[in-house]
Parts: sequence; structure tokens; C-alpha cells
Amino acid sequence: MNNLFKAAFIIAGKDLYSEWKTKQVVTTMLIFSGLVIVTFSFAFDPSNNAVRAIIPGLIWVITIFASLLGLNRSFLSETKNDNLYGMIVSPTDPSSIYLGKVMANFIFVLIVQLISIPVLFILFNFRFLGHLPLFICVVLIGTFGFISVGTFLAGLSANSRSSEMLLPIILFPIVSPIIIAAVQATRILLVDVEQIASAISWMQLMGAYNVIFFVLCFILFEYVLEV
Amino acid sequence: MKLINDDLTSIPKETTLHKVLIYLSIPMVLVALYLAFIYTPIEVKMGIVQKIFYFHVASAWVAFLAFFIVFVFSIMFLSKRKRIYDVIAGVSAEIGVVYTIIVLTTGPIWGRSAWNTWWSWEPRLTTTLILLFMYIAYIMIRNMDGAWEKKGRLASVFGIISFINVPIVFMSIRWWNSKLHPVVFGEGANETGGGLEPSMLFALIFTVITMTIVYVVFLQKGIYIERLKIQAERLKEKFQEKLAG
Repeated sequence: MNNLFKAAFIIAGKDLYSEWKTKQVVTTMLIFSGLVIVTFSFAFDPSNNAVRAIIPGLIWVITIFASLLGLNRSFLSETKNDNLYGMIVSPTDPSSIYLGKVMANFIFVLIVQLISIPVLFILFNFRFLGHLPLFICVVLIGTFGFISVGTFLAGLSANSRSSEMLLPIILFPIVSPIIIAAVQATRILLVDVEQIASAISWMQLMGAYNVIFFVLCFILFEYVLEV
Repeated sequence: MKLINDDLTSIPKETTLHKVLIYLSIPMVLVALYLAFIYTPIEVKMGIVQKIFYFHVASAWVAFLAFFIVFVFSIMFLSKRKRIYDVIAGVSAEIGVVYTIIVLTTGPIWGRSAWNTWWSWEPRLTTTLILLFMYIAYIMIRNMDGAWEKKGRLASVFGIISFINVPIVFMSIRWWNSKLHPVVFGEGANETGGGLEPSMLFALIFTVITMTIVYVVFLQKGIYIERLKIQAERLKEKFQEKLAG
């Protein structure tokens, strides 16, 4: 058990370190999310008051599309020089590779959200009146669920030569419950705060989803990485 | 006789069970058509369109059954690693997708006259749509490049995940769209909406059984074709070896 976490931390640390040196993934994700915000401001007039209602959806659209870029990279970058095989033959559980990758991707996406969500609020002139701790909680839980399934399926699709095309198609249907729940919970917390009880039940749904899928992915990951 | 013939080295033959099921399914389909279109009375409120109901429900049932088979054989493939399990799961997924498309095309036709709208984001409908997307993704994984062992393994993993996802999707959509339709038509006698007329219920059950048998026939045919494909692949390899050597 200890070995599992140690290996996971080493893999996550390696990813974070190489990202720190190159700043490739996070920069791309940030620029992309900025572009998404700009595109949405063309599509929906930000000065219109009704646009407030789509802000919760926008947060998740940005998160999902930006993290797709990172998820695609996370295993494809390992196929160079057959790094992935190196990891598989190393004396560690395959699940720790998954765990490490989830941690690294989670941190990348959190960094992107930390910048892009305030930028979204500023550019759409959105005054935050909701419940901040719960909002952060929803973002964390939702992102974790998305990333844990996303990392797993990125590992799955990395086996294919056309993995960039495959990943979104296999990922979106599977994460649809978490998208629905996250958008609904965010909408309640940002737009109508009175219904906070139902936001909490959405969070419970997300929590249940996260537990089920994290455990499932954790168990099944060794089948994905078999040679 | 073994229930599943896992010998993939010889040229497959059509089994007697297969023939029996084919000759059973043809009259059953005819009887089901008779029951649905002539035997049952025309529904008062919805009129003739309601006839779709029998095939709609039966297709939905078969689609779920097909995806359940995918789930079961995915688990069996991951534990036993026999190619035949992978073949069955793949064929079943394809049939399931076809039936899901039938459900999703007959649904709006019925809904247009019953609910006065082609599509509503109702839980069952939306879940079926996501189900369709999931199993199309499953088939895309199966059509990936690479050896069959790899594809089978990855597809099995995805088959397990997506089947477990179905109830969660259903629940989340139900919560999301809690403004349910005021009238629930008696889909199955225990649902509200007044229940079903006995003759309608009989027709429905008969159609469901018929569709299930048709599904089994399709499944066997699909497996047979896959076996032939594997055999052709093998012969081709042999021939190429001969040419090279």
C-alpha cells in the first residue's frame, strides 16, 4: 500500500516537474480556455443580463474542453521512447501509474481553473454572490470525477493511433452524469442560492459517482496497460 | 453439447439450434405483426400511432438485454481470455446499437402524436440517447487498429464501465429533469396511466418474446460471420506464409 502511493507520488512528481520545466500543457490549456471565453462572448452577448444564467455551464465547458487537451497529452507523451512500457515493467502496481497520472492531471486542471474562472467572471461582469466554500467544493468534486474517468479513458485510448479523436467520443457519454450534476450544483450556488439543499444532493450524487468510478478505474487500469 | 462452442480453429457450421430458432422466429414475427396491427384494438386517445408501442417497448427491452450481454461477456473475457467471449460481446453490442436506433426513431414518431413534441429531455429518452453514444464509442474502440487481444481487452473494460454508468446516467437525468410528463402511458402494466387492456398486454408480451428470439438469431448469425472472418484471416495468413516461404 505504501509502495503504491510512493510510486504514484513519484509519477505525479515527474509529470509536474516536466511541466514546470516546459510549461507546455498548462499554457496551452490556459490559452485555449481564454479563447473559449472570447468565443462565448461573441456567441452570447455579455452585456445581456440573461447571460448570467449560462455562466455555470460556461465554467464546465471551459474545464472539460481545456482538460481534454491535457488528458490527450498525459499518456501520449509517455509513448515516446516507450516510456509507458518502462513504467509497466517497473516493480510497481499498474494502479499507481493511474493514481499518479490522476494527481498530475488534477493539479493541471486546478491551475487552469484557478485562473480561467475568475477571468470568466471578470469578462462577463459577473458579481459573485453565491456560497464560496460550497462553490469551491463543487468545482473540486466535479473536476476530480471528470479527471479520474478522463485519465482512465486517456490511458485506454492511448493504445490507438488516433487517440485524439477517440478520447472525446468515449469520454463524454461516460462523464455525462458528472457534467449534469456539476452544472446543476454550480447553477444553484451561483444563480439561485436559496435552493442550497438541492445543490448538496447534487454534490452527493457527484460524490457517489466519483467513488464508484474511481474504484472501478483503479481496479480495471491494469487491464488497460497490459502489453 | 457445449452451450458456447469456443473452438475457433475449424470452419464453423450452422447448428441445429440456429435453424430451429430461425424457423421459429419467422412465424412468430408474422404473428406478432398480426397481434399488433389487427388483433389489438386501436387506442382511444392516441389512435393508430399507438401501434408503434409494441415494437418500441420490445426493441428497448432487447437493447438493454444486448448491452447486458455485452457486460457479462466483457467480464468473462477479462477473466478467461477466450476469443469467443470477445466475439459475442462485440456482436451483441452491434445488435444493441441497431435496436437502440429503432427505439430512438420510433420514440419520436410516437411522441409527436402522444406528447405533441418530437423530443423531450425525459430521463428514459435521454438515457437511451446516451446509451447509444456509449455503445457507438464501444464499437469505435473495437474498430481500433491493433491486435484483437488488445482491442478485446480495451473494449471489455469499456463495456463494463459503460454498463455500470447506465443507472447513474438515468438517475442524474431524472433529477435534472424532474418536471416529468404528467401522463405516463402504461409502459408495462404496473406503471400508472390506467394500465393496459388485456389483449394489448398479451400482444406486448408476445412481441417482446419475439424480439428476444430475433435477437438470439441475429446474435448467432453475427457470431457465425465473425467465426468465418477469423477463419478467412487464418487462411490468408497461411497463404501468405506459403508465398513467402
